[in-house]
Amino acid sequence: MNNYIVTNLPEVAAIILFGIGFSNLLLARNLIKKIIGLNIMDTAIYLFLAAKGYVDNAVAPIVPPGAVDPDLYVNPVPSGLVLTGIVVSVSVTAVLLALTVRLYEEFNTLDIDEIVHQLRVKDKEAIR
Amino acid sequence: MSLLYNVPAFSILLPMLAGVICLVLPARASRRLTNAVIIVLALLSFLLLNSFLDGAPTFTYRMGHYGAPVGNEIRAGELESAMAMMFLVVMMLSLMGGRNHLRSDIGRSKVNLYYISVLFLLSSMLALTYTNDLFTAYVFVEINTVTACGIIISKEDGYTLAASMRYLIMSLLGSGLFLIGICLVYGLTGHLLMPNIQEAVNQLVRNGHFQAPLQVTIALFAVGLALKSALWPFHSWLPDAHSSASAASSAILSGLVLKSFIFLMIKIFFRTVGPDVMTGHAILNLLLVFGILGMLLGSVNALFEKDIKRMLAFSSVSQIGYIFCGIGLGTIAGVSAALVQVVVHAVTKAMLFIAAGGLMDASDGKKDFNALQGSGKRDVVAGAAFVVGTMSMIGLPFFAGFITKLTLVTAAAGAHDWRAYLSLTAIVLSTILTAIYYIRILSLIFGKNGSEDQDGEVRSRRFLSAHFRRHLSMDTEYILAILAFIGINLWIGLRSDVLVDIINVGLSTFQ
Amino acid sequence: MYKGTRIQTLYNLLSIVFTILLIGILLYTVSELPVMGDALHPANNEVAAHYLVHGARETGALNAVTAMILDYRAFDTLGELCVLFVSACSVYILLRVDAGRKEEEVEALDRRYEPWNDAILSKAFLFLVPAVFLFGIYITLTGHLSPGGGFSGGAIIGAGLLLYLNAFGLEKTERFMNRIRYRRLNCGALGFYFLAKGYSFFVGANDIKSVISVSDQGNILSAGLIMPLNVCVAIVVSTTVYAVYLMFRKGGFNI
Repeated sequence: MNNYIVTNLPEVAAIILFGIGFSNLLLARNLIKKIIGLNIMDTAIYLFLAAKGYVDNAVAPIVPPGAVDPDLYVNPVPSGLVLTGIVVSVSVTAVLLALTVRLYEEFNTLDIDEIVHQLRVKDKEAIR
Repeated sequence: MSLLYNVPAFSILLPMLAGVICLVLPARASRRLTNAVIIVLALLSFLLLNSFLDGAPTFTYRMGHYGAPVGNEIRAGELESAMAMMFLVVMMLSLMGGRNHLRSDIGRSKVNLYYISVLFLLSSMLALTYTNDLFTAYVFVEINTVTACGIIISKEDGYTLAASMRYLIMSLLGSGLFLIGICLVYGLTGHLLMPNIQEAVNQLVRNGHFQAPLQVTIALFAVGLALKSALWPFHSWLPDAHSSASAASSAILSGLVLKSFIFLMIKIFFRTVGPDVMTGHAILNLLLVFGILGMLLGSVNALFEKDIKRMLAFSSVSQIGYIFCGIGLGTIAGVSAALVQVVVHAVTKAMLFIAAGGLMDASDGKKDFNALQGSGKRDVVAGAAFVVGTMSMIGLPFFAGFITKLTLVTAAAGAHDWRAYLSLTAIVLSTILTAIYYIRILSLIFGKNGSEDQDGEVRSRRFLSAHFRRHLSMDTEYILAILAFIGINLWIGLRSDVLVDIINVGLSTFQ
Repeated sequence: MYKGTRIQTLYNLLSIVFTILLIGILLYTVSELPVMGDALHPANNEVAAHYLVHGARETGALNAVTAMILDYRAFDTLGELCVLFVSACSVYILLRVDAGRKEEEVEALDRRYEPWNDAILSKAFLFLVPAVFLFGIYITLTGHLSPGGGFSGGAIIGAGLLLYLNAFGLEKTERFMNRIRYRRLNCGALGFYFLAKGYSFFVGANDIKSVISVSDQGNILSAGLIMPLNVCVAIVVSTTVYAVYLMFRKGGFNI
């Protein structure tokens, strides 16, 4: 077993952040906190991905014309993927926030359990 | 081949373009555009499938000037084109059948927004079917999630808002796990295209490098997609989301959206990771056990449900369990059975949701069992659909469900170990439970009328014949859709060899 | 108050166990991963090298990231723009003015966000906003030569629009940015993107010679379709940012 936990510190940090975001998204009852959790989780994934593309002593992949040595530049693929991921996460956050606004107008609370409870009560009244 | 070669890319791009155009169109025009797009694509997919069955080879299609490993590709074969065809047909019929509900549930000013969501959802499902690239799959998974949320919330009440919130949260947890899986795979292999990853993974396995991260990655893909396709312990969002939406949306969500994720999972297991690594993998056993639990517990939940759409949604949980049971067996026969169940369940459950919408029409829009008493007589079309659906769900011969039960039992019996005993027992038990709750609802909707003051004789036999003599209206589309669904169900039941052939041939060229 | 029933507690407990397990497994995985920053990392393989060595010649873009997202893997970027568009539509479904909210209420709410003719604010933004716009346009137009591109440029232009809106009020902004223009710009940019990329997918896959050449690297008017595509991306991103902001503020455009 080869233990690289010390050399992969950015990735370790990314995983810890991912855990924080994930548990917030799963467990926080306040919707805004859930959305913040989602954003922490996504950011952690981008950190993880960006760490994959990093090469020691290399520069940003702006390549002047002519033959080049690829080892001088960092890997461009993760940067592109992170860019895509950021746009996706921004869009999803917008939808979630809009949903939160409407839910707050409807139920006057941001607690998802409380909302579910209110709906159950309404259901029982409707059947009666 | 020639121009048919472009069909897969065309069928992903055309709905997107149409969706963008819908932004500036009024309600009626956007509906017509959507229908036209779906019909054109269904015809093209049919031609493509036909050419594959005539012996045309499967192909990969470069999205741009540069092929693998630097470019982006999509791949088409029998399986992909058959799935695309199924998505298109079921979506068309669901939109037709649910049209009268769409009119009442969705305000006129946002009908075009609804159709934008539908078109992009369609495009994303087709892309998930055809894609040959993991990161493209992630982007389209997100489109799928957002648009699925869009077609739920188009019917705006407290229920859909809360349900789509829960749906989004669970779904995003799934996407997060899926994305970190992609990152790990990229870190281990340096590729994003499926065949290249398979090659690299096989090499890693041969050399014995990075075994632990590889296993974790497979588990992350499985859990992430299981969250999205509502495998049993992760199903808590499904009943609310699928039961609160409008009839057409429920049919699309339950029939198609879950299936696109399951197909992606099959693709990842057997095309990306590769059958060599996956055969006998522990994660498959886990999926099998959860699938079996879902089959049983979903049915038990459905048994206690007093609301027809929630009952159908829990039935979906149980039927998804069958699919995962098939995948979990880990054999080619098992996967083939799972794919048969994907098609059959899509056709049957979409029909049942549309018919449930019709029954609710006949009962003042209520969906609890008290109000629904005798509604099968007030709407004989929906009643007939429920009869066919029940027979199919139980798995009587001549109906589509029989084929799934048959292939699944054969596949399970072929496993020859604890998996065979476990899954056979579960299939028997789950079939009994399914029979109980579906026959109960049949006896309910064909029973005595609940209360006397219900006026809703919308489509009783008397009214139906009068209706056809007088004029054709929006109800005609509903009736035609249900009849088409019944026809497809019986056709699959009677000519099952065609479907099973397509799936088996497709699986043999899948790697 | 609805506080956890027994099932709720069980569910929470299970979630906590699941999360701890997940983090533990992932940390263990990271300790097994290849060393970060190593030039021999599996991710730094022939694919990345191809983008760096042949990217400029094949696509005309010096920025390898731009070359990758707008040419080699343009299909992903297409999907990305679709996510933006679709999410704007979903927000529109949710927050439209006639979505059960009274018009007067929305107007009353909106008063709070209108600027109060603040002299310092409007004078400062008079200088700041053009600079922000120029910067965004510069980043967009040189996306293939230097760091940047449609997404970052579009985000900056969108931020400029929001600054203008908050400094000078909705009425002035709607003189150049209203519903009709939003729809036309968005549909036009997305439509152009679809058609251009559809054409390039078609000729690429069918081995037809493309009429678009990629000579003259390093020039601003080089790299074939990449600059127009960057402009389209910037238009979509900036108008979407602006429209989503307005949707949250008052549920849509005035005009």
